[in-house]
Amino acid sequence: MTATDVKSPGLLAGLIGVARRDLLLAWKRPGDILNPLFFFAMVAALFPLAVGPSAEQLEFSGPAVLWVAALLAMLLSLNSLFLSDYEDGSLDQMLVSQTPLTVLALGKSIAHWLTSGLPLVLVSPVVALTFRMPFSVIGILMLTLLLGTISLSMLGSIGAALTVGLHRGTALLSLVVLPLAMPVLIFGSRTVALVAAGDGAAGGLYFLAAYAVLVLSFAPFATAAALRISNE
Amino acid sequence: MEALSMGVYGPYVWACFIMTAMVFVICEWRARVHHRDVYSDIAERVRALGEKQ
Amino acid sequence: MWKFIHKMASPPHFYGLAARIIPWFAVPGLVLVAYATYAGLFVAPADYQQGDAFRIIYVHVPAAFLSMMTYMIMAISAGIGLIWRIKLAHAVAAAAAPLGAWFTFLALATGSIWGRPMWGTWWEWGDPRLTSELIMLFLYFGYMALRGAIDDTAKADKASAVLALVGAVNVPIIHFSVEWWSSLHQGATLVREGGPAMDMSMLYPLLAMILGFKLLFSALLLRRVRTEVLYRERRTRWVRELVLSEEARS
Repeated sequence: MTATDVKSPGLLAGLIGVARRDLLLAWKRPGDILNPLFFFAMVAALFPLAVGPSAEQLEFSGPAVLWVAALLAMLLSLNSLFLSDYEDGSLDQMLVSQTPLTVLALGKSIAHWLTSGLPLVLVSPVVALTFRMPFSVIGILMLTLLLGTISLSMLGSIGAALTVGLHRGTALLSLVVLPLAMPVLIFGSRTVALVAAGDGAAGGLYFLAAYAVLVLSFAPFATAAALRISNE
Repeated sequence: MEALSMGVYGPYVWACFIMTAMVFVICEWRARVHHRDVYSDIAERVRALGEKQ
Repeated sequence: MWKFIHKMASPPHFYGLAARIIPWFAVPGLVLVAYATYAGLFVAPADYQQGDAFRIIYVHVPAAFLSMMTYMIMAISAGIGLIWRIKLAHAVAAAAAPLGAWFTFLALATGSIWGRPMWGTWWEWGDPRLTSELIMLFLYFGYMALRGAIDDTAKADKASAVLALVGAVNVPIIHFSVEWWSSLHQGATLVREGGPAMDMSMLYPLLAMILGFKLLFSALLLRRVRTEVLYRERRTRWVRELVLSEEARS
């Protein structure tokens, strides 16, 4: 059987393949998923510790603190998105694979969201309760995190691809991704704050959804381009 | 003197204008210095290459 | 037309031409800025609400305008360099970045100084333009940091081009987000720059200053691109011959 006999996998199969691999790897190393979650909880805890536990302040700052903590936790997990692939040669395999690099990049981003973004969404109610957030507001918080983390995973993949293997890439990744992430932070946290104050969430949620769709449409291409550039 | 004082806002207004002038001057100066440095580095190497032959 | 562009994209041709063009931008630019400074400071009448402090507008607005224009120039030339692989375009992007960062800093600093007598504070998070200028400064820093972290010039060009393009898509979104955010900010007094309708005598110096800034920026950019080109092409024959002929002349 020669190399040409092997049928190339379809696009969807390629996507699922790369995503499954990352999910399996994360499953084998639960720390990869859990550590950012602990980080999220700890960062959120820093604020009441630093500012003081007054109930008003907690309720007032809850949305913002939780969103900032989530953003930082996402940044933390983005660092290693391509790092292990870069180190063990899988990245080179992806570059020459028959499946288009854009599809593979999308698969990696989706896997990243499943292992970093989605867990954040699921864990956030626990931390939100400590900020005395009412249940109805927590629901909106989870929705904004859901939509926002999708954008963050996508945008973050671009940053991770640009900085993979660079000296002191960690700080550079944050510096590169944070300005791009600001609209997500602003709309995410402010929508929750609005709901807490009694206003409607629709506008903010629509924006977050629209932004996620926008980012989904160009991020995989940019990530693929960045991967090629970083590895030539 | 009255014109210079800008009502009560003299320090603020003049600080801004002077800062702007300084930014332009700094940019121009650095651009020239950078060019001169690059040029002299190249000239040095060209000279060294020329002497070798 | 294509022949002209093709010729312009050739580094040696650009290097020589730019040197001759710079004065044509610098001198009119200086004249306009001088006129605008004089008119803005001494001729335009003081604002009804802000008194003489409003004169800061004559440096703040042009700086902010230039900061955004430079980002677009940076992103567009980076894109041209990436897509059509024109080396000169990458040199323009690299040369434009520090200038853009300076203008952004200037916009922020003059905005902050203007804010002190107006809002009583050195910084006002509630002002959407200041906040989105700040984020744009971070975008510039990220771009320059990425460039600096990659040793290989060609790689640095392409990687930073991707970043510049992604950032460019985000710039309008960032502005919109911050504006929405600060419109919800309780009790923010937004500075309506110059008031609702600017008097002609107030407007002319502003327009002149903006145009003057643009011309001076162009002169600065051309000078910086020349240096970029010289550095990138330092091992080529045309540079060697250029240096040798200059030595022979002196």
